[in-house]
Amino acid sequence: LSLSEIGFSFAEAGSEAHRRLRLWRPRWSLWLGLAIAFVAAPLVGSDYWFQAILIPVLVMALAGLGLNILTGYAGQASLGTAAFMSVGAFATYNFLLRLPWLPLPVSIALGGVVAALVGLLFGLPSLRIKGFYLLASTLAAQFSIEWLFSQFPWFFNNASSGAISAPRLEILGHDIGSPLGRYLLTLTIVGLLTWLAANLVRSQIGRNWMAVRDMDTAAAVIGIPIMRTKLLAFAVSSFYCGVAGALWAFAYLGTTDAHGFDLDQSFEALFIIIIGGMGSIFGNLLGAAFIVLLPIALNNLTTAWHLGDLLDESLLGNLQKALFGALIIWFLIKEPDGLARLLQSARERLSIWPLRS
Amino acid sequence: MSFLPRRLDRWLLSAAIGAAALIAGPAVEAGSNDQYVPLLSYRVGPYASSGIPIWGGFLDYLHYINEAEGGINGVKIVTSECETGWLAERGVECYERIKGGLDGSPVAILHPFSQPIAYALTDKSVADKIPLITLDYGRTEATDGSVFPYFFPVMLNFYSEASGLINYIAERSGGPDKLKGKKIVSLYHDSPYGRETIGPLDLLSKKYGFEIYEIPVPHPGNEQQSQWQQIRRIKPDWVFLRGWGVMTPVAIKTAARVGFPADHIIGDVWSSSEDDVIPAGNAAKGYLAITTYPGGTGFKIHEELRKYIISKGKSDLKDLKQFGTVYYNSGIISAVITVEAIRTAQAKFGHRPLNGEEGRWGLEHLNIDNKRLAELGLTGLMQPLRLSCSDHEGGGAIKIQQWDGEKWTAISDWVNADRALLRPLIEEKAAAYAKEKSLTPRNCAAES
Repeated sequence: LSLSEIGFSFAEAGSEAHRRLRLWRPRWSLWLGLAIAFVAAPLVGSDYWFQAILIPVLVMALAGLGLNILTGYAGQASLGTAAFMSVGAFATYNFLLRLPWLPLPVSIALGGVVAALVGLLFGLPSLRIKGFYLLASTLAAQFSIEWLFSQFPWFFNNASSGAISAPRLEILGHDIGSPLGRYLLTLTIVGLLTWLAANLVRSQIGRNWMAVRDMDTAAAVIGIPIMRTKLLAFAVSSFYCGVAGALWAFAYLGTTDAHGFDLDQSFEALFIIIIGGMGSIFGNLLGAAFIVLLPIALNNLTTAWHLGDLLDESLLGNLQKALFGALIIWFLIKEPDGLARLLQSARERLSIWPLRS
Repeated sequence: MSFLPRRLDRWLLSAAIGAAALIAGPAVEAGSNDQYVPLLSYRVGPYASSGIPIWGGFLDYLHYINEAEGGINGVKIVTSECETGWLAERGVECYERIKGGLDGSPVAILHPFSQPIAYALTDKSVADKIPLITLDYGRTEATDGSVFPYFFPVMLNFYSEASGLINYIAERSGGPDKLKGKKIVSLYHDSPYGRETIGPLDLLSKKYGFEIYEIPVPHPGNEQQSQWQQIRRIKPDWVFLRGWGVMTPVAIKTAARVGFPADHIIGDVWSSSEDDVIPAGNAAKGYLAITTYPGGTGFKIHEELRKYIISKGKSDLKDLKQFGTVYYNSGIISAVITVEAIRTAQAKFGHRPLNGEEGRWGLEHLNIDNKRLAELGLTGLMQPLRLSCSDHEGGGAIKIQQWDGEKWTAISDWVNADRALLRPLIEEKAAAYAKEKSLTPRNCAAES
């Protein structure tokens, strides 16, 4: 055994231990998180927590995840998130309506598949254009899909209102229409898809995406098929957005219409990944929690502190919006890489505290 | 780099404040002897300017009931506001916050004040047994209360509006038989809302023999040159303007440019406020509009409100010029229906705060006749309203008001819609909804 060999195996063993150590912590917190989400939350949660807080955060985290795959991992900017959500919602509705024998999860998955196909179509310009120009071209998805779903009554079953609403939600004969049932449905789907995404981005596909993101010419030189990689990113991302749209419409609001998914929602998804962290899986959840909950918290604070007695309600409403914007700016200055990075660096520093700080 | 523990502390502190704020919720003082009337308002966002006078009328009337009568039969009304921005998701959050009542005071009746919120609450309100009132908007098919037990599109649905319009034109022309051969253009906002009147107008044109031309205007409607050129070629007797937002003033201005007289354009309920005509300037002089709550301060209720609320500086309005505007008066009517329904239910359940189920009973037995309207000081401002299990609309009459460049003046009495004629269309839609959702309609004949 030569000295260099010993050194090498030593280093290997060290890195192995280091790797195990690094894998261990997230796993442990993951199980804790799952236990809280699946066991503790249903035990202590109220209707308000399920319907107003947990469900929208989970759904928007999924939409953020969809956009993060496309933008954070594959580097393709998009403002079409809401459009793909809308496709998922309307497609799921039509599967539920016209093929009532399909189980609910299958209809939702098929809704996602239709959204993926539409995403593929709107992903075609990405083969020729990049960056801001691509961002502008995905706006086309937003406008044409809103137009499609308000012009052709077949999509909303000729309802005079143009709104679609969820038929009875049930799985294997069990009614899951209660707030708890809808929460568990959302949680299960979001959990499974998040697990899938986490594995996907660490696979060959995910590495291809990141290679294209970092420099597509270099990626092409080492033999990565650019076209297939980009289109796959659009399809997978739109699938996630489509499923999120179906959950938004049926598990959260119970109804939607063509204008229910507007450009604001696309921006919201974009803010989620910027604040949560580009190219991070867990960051989507943090970002969604921030975007969805902060306005509610501000609103509740003003009510709890009786600010309504001192200030005009209109002024208060606008102040909340201004404060929300200011907080976003403050966060981005403090940590441009998002909340996920903030959490990670806090954990790293905590692991060596108080030896160094 | 900052020192970690201090930073963590700050984090924990802000997280704790946030969590406390979330859990604390509203904390307005109220005893359990009060009736809670929540207000889902939108004081920010694109529709805030039309919302603010509505909340003015709504809150002023409720406060007036507290001040002048000591509440509804002595049961004080407490209110609280929740900002929705007109959006469904914020509305759902507010609804979940208020549905359990306020410190023991229950919710009897809820106004969503927004189409998307009303739709999002359709199923939830049935599960929670809280009746929703949508004044002159909402689901037309919910008129059939056997399928929609907790949804009340009171006063005027879009079908009745179309029928009321045709009856008004018949009145102006000298009888329904004079409608034959008349040309009427329906210029509509190209959205499900705008398309609602196509069905009933088609049916009515076949019945009376007038010609109907349906012309869509794409959202938002800020360019209508080609539509009005088309109207000029048709040379219609009347234009029915089913506008929304910016579409209405643009239509009025474009009509003036192509030389179509404003006094032959009749705007729909959502094209009938001051906000719709003032931006059109002089072109709007003579413009007609359908309403169920004419503008003006000359009604008896306004004297009362002046005495108890306005002169004492207790009004919710910041700008008192909005007192008596069309939207302010609509807020009064929303509040009147709420108060009178609770009063009706109190006659059965006792003079105490009521829950949503009791509130619904009150709504389904609400009967505001002309005598009651006179007692309330609402003669001329509000039409008689009688609801039942099978009829959640109740009114179905319109008034036509005219803009003189300064203010609205009512130029007709109440014109009734031919509701019996349109009822089968509504029942068909309600049945389709029941089938889609696998609902079993209630048997209204068996309800007391």
